[in-house]
Amino acid sequence: MDESLEQAVSEICDQYNNDPTRLVDVARAVQARLGHVGNAAMDAIAGNLGIHRVEVESCVSFYSFLSTEPKGEVVIRLCDDIIDEMKGSSRVARAFRKELGIDFGETTPDGRISLEWTPCIGMCDQAPAALVNDVVLTWLSSDAARRIVRELREHMDPQKLVHSFGDGNNAHELVRAMVDNNIRKAGPVVLAPVTQGDALHKALSMSPAEVIREVKTARLRGRGGAGFPTGMKWDFTRGSDGDRKYVVCNADEGEPGTFKDRVILTERAELLFEGMVIAGYAVGAETGILYLRGEYAYLRAYLEHVLDDMREKGLLGKGICGRQPFDFDIRIQMGAGSYVCGEETALLSSCEGKRGDPKTRPPFPAQKGYLAQPTVVNNVETLCCAARIFEKGSGWFAEIGPHGSPGTKLLSISGDCSKPGVYELPMGVSLADVLDLCGARDPKAVQIGGASGRMVGEDDFERSVSYDDLATGGALMVFSHKRDILKPVRKFMEFFVEESCGYCTPCRVGNKLLLQCLERIMAGKGVPEDIEYLERLSENIVTASRCGLGQTSPNPIRTSLKSFRVAYEDMVQEPEGALRPSFDLGAALAEAEKIAGRGSTILNE
Amino acid sequence: MSKPKIATTSMCGCFGCHMSILDIDERILDLIELVDFHKSPVDDIKEFTDRCAVGLIEGGVSNDENVHVLQSFRENCDMLIAVGGCAINGDIPSMRNKVPLRECLDEAYLHGPTVHNPDGLIPNDPEIPLLLDRVYPCNEVVKIDAFLPGCPPSADTIWTALVAVLNGEPLELPYELIKYD
Ligand SMILES: Cc1cc2nc3c(=O)[nH]c(=O)nc-3n(C[C@H](O)[C@H](O)[C@H](O)COP(=O)(O)O)c2cc1C
Ligand code: SF4
Ligand code: SF4
Ligand code: FES
Repeated sequence: MDESLEQAVSEICDQYNNDPTRLVDVARAVQARLGHVGNAAMDAIAGNLGIHRVEVESCVSFYSFLSTEPKGEVVIRLCDDIIDEMKGSSRVARAFRKELGIDFGETTPDGRISLEWTPCIGMCDQAPAALVNDVVLTWLSSDAARRIVRELREHMDPQKLVHSFGDGNNAHELVRAMVDNNIRKAGPVVLAPVTQGDALHKALSMSPAEVIREVKTARLRGRGGAGFPTGMKWDFTRGSDGDRKYVVCNADEGEPGTFKDRVILTERAELLFEGMVIAGYAVGAETGILYLRGEYAYLRAYLEHVLDDMREKGLLGKGICGRQPFDFDIRIQMGAGSYVCGEETALLSSCEGKRGDPKTRPPFPAQKGYLAQPTVVNNVETLCCAARIFEKGSGWFAEIGPHGSPGTKLLSISGDCSKPGVYELPMGVSLADVLDLCGARDPKAVQIGGASGRMVGEDDFERSVSYDDLATGGALMVFSHKRDILKPVRKFMEFFVEESCGYCTPCRVGNKLLLQCLERIMAGKGVPEDIEYLERLSENIVTASRCGLGQTSPNPIRTSLKSFRVAYEDMVQEPEGALRPSFDLGAALAEAEKIAGRGSTILNE
Repeated sequence: MSKPKIATTSMCGCFGCHMSILDIDERILDLIELVDFHKSPVDDIKEFTDRCAVGLIEGGVSNDENVHVLQSFRENCDMLIAVGGCAINGDIPSMRNKVPLRECLDEAYLHGPTVHNPDGLIPNDPEIPLLLDRVYPCNEVVKIDAFLPGCPPSADTIWTALVAVLNGEPLELPYELIKYD
């Protein structure tokens, strides 16, 4: 075996103490160093970590940022999600193809540059956007694409492609990103200014039970999508037996159209980390993990710096100031490009170094989470709200918004509107007001809650954004009247087909069948009963899938059928003959006719 | 009033589903009280001359002749029922779908381990149906109204389903009849 490869892998494994639960980090590091995690590297990793080779392979083959085949020194990943498509990503793609002389999924013959597609990278308000290794490039055009390739060929340094920095901490020396925050409306809870340590000191002056009671009194509910009451989750975790407990912050933000956590991580990291310490104090944990999506790797150095700074100030680490000093530290776990890893049990699998397979529930993470210990998993925004509750009081928080949905909600708005960006608005705000604020002049449809959310039309614009009405993890995409409604639906279904972990048949196969049927309809080859088929199959998938991905994946079809049924009905027609319009007899027979050198006898009689 | 007619066919299947139809035993006597068999391997009627109430289809669609038969069933039957896994999904025969057609023929007629074919010819009489690029489930080729899963569905399943549709009742089979593990 190649000695330098062995050496490199062994060094990397040593950095992680040859701990098999850090396999994802090891594989990421090997990928970064060697350009891929090939057969020899997988063998070496398995040897060093003392695990089976198949465990390494199942992990490496799972994540889209890891590859068993060699990749270029630099990988360009262009977002091909719906918003980017609307903003002209196909022109950018053409320019990349032409300038590089390769197609997507290929590497230049000199092995230097690879070109790939990727789903939403959380830059929808500045689309088209791409990742070049860890560097984010926004507002792309075909000119920009040509320039990027020329510059890269000269210096091969992605960071040098960034010529100007975005606002706020995007210009921080540890970030240096061209990303813009686009904070259009800062509210009182998450995006208001922070006095560091304030929330933490107030919380630590209470007993853990009082801390939990305060969060319950505020009636805080999870901001990550499911809306579970946060105080109750903390209480369960506190009450569960375990040698150790953990607090995990879910910063995977993989739901297409969502980018509000990115802005929080850029501008309110201190508040977030204080929220994690408070949660740790409340449940009796000593360790916190921030699970940061691979796409946001450009924020990592900055976030590490914020953590260091907190350690220096005694807000993190050993003996954190308080009534009774306690220990709590936070590490950052990088994701590696997988949507299902945002699902809390898959996220924990990933933190444990495994492929991101969801786990069967119960037991819930609060009972058996990370390394089978009681674990709190909360969204970035939830933890910020929790911290602010201690600074301003639970009463203050509960007063904002309707009774069942107290507080504010960060919305990441993109698509056909003049002011895309992040809005912190009181819960309960009407969709019509939101559309007004973001300058959506001609809205036909709104996709609320991302791909797994729902598509609503004008009839629903008077409804409100809240847990009891239109619930959302924060994504809001606007589609104007000039858009074909079925295009985003198809895009979202392609996304689910790609991101399904494959464990259950209804999700793995069902979504593919839904997509095929939708494509048939969009090609004008659908029949009226296809609509009924979509509905029936959707219901089966929702009922029979194991995790939230499969349970929500038919939503684009279900909700668009509800709001825009005509769009489907206009595309289908009764077939003229007995054969289905989608059955292409000519194509089905072509190969046999070629081999036999004759046409069909029976069909030509 | 004359009895309703049923037609049956075996396309790319093993005839097991037809055996299961016959497996209804003495109920076959009740069945012929209810219906007349029209085009079917059971009575060897080759062409449709009358309209049928129900067509039972065994097997998937593997060649041009299957397409022709299925088309004529759709044109001549009020209701088509896909009987068995092959008709519903393609099943065992569709294992060839991953292999290009030329390789399939090559393996079957030229280079397979048990092949003795000194002339090295792939049969190509005009009477021999042409294979499709893959085996299709019936429902991808024509509209199918009902599906009876199983390999084969049991005689009871087929019987219960037939009696229900012939009496114009909804096709709701008890769980035991469509459970296969
Ligand atoms: C497929 C899938 C993806 C998810 N992605 C995220 C995500 O990116 N961020 C997040 O906070 N929650 C995500 N969730 C929800 C989490 O499972 C979990 O409910 C949430 O992190 C809990 O935090 P909260 O109570 O603070 O909202 C996802 C759920 C599913 C089913
Ligand atoms: S529903 Fe889909 S993503 Fe979830 S466990 Fe099943 S196959 Fe995996
Ligand atoms: S379903 Fe089974 S019994 Fe019926 S034709 Fe196919 S292989 Fe034979
Ligand atoms: S960055 Fe492309 S859709 Fe979000």
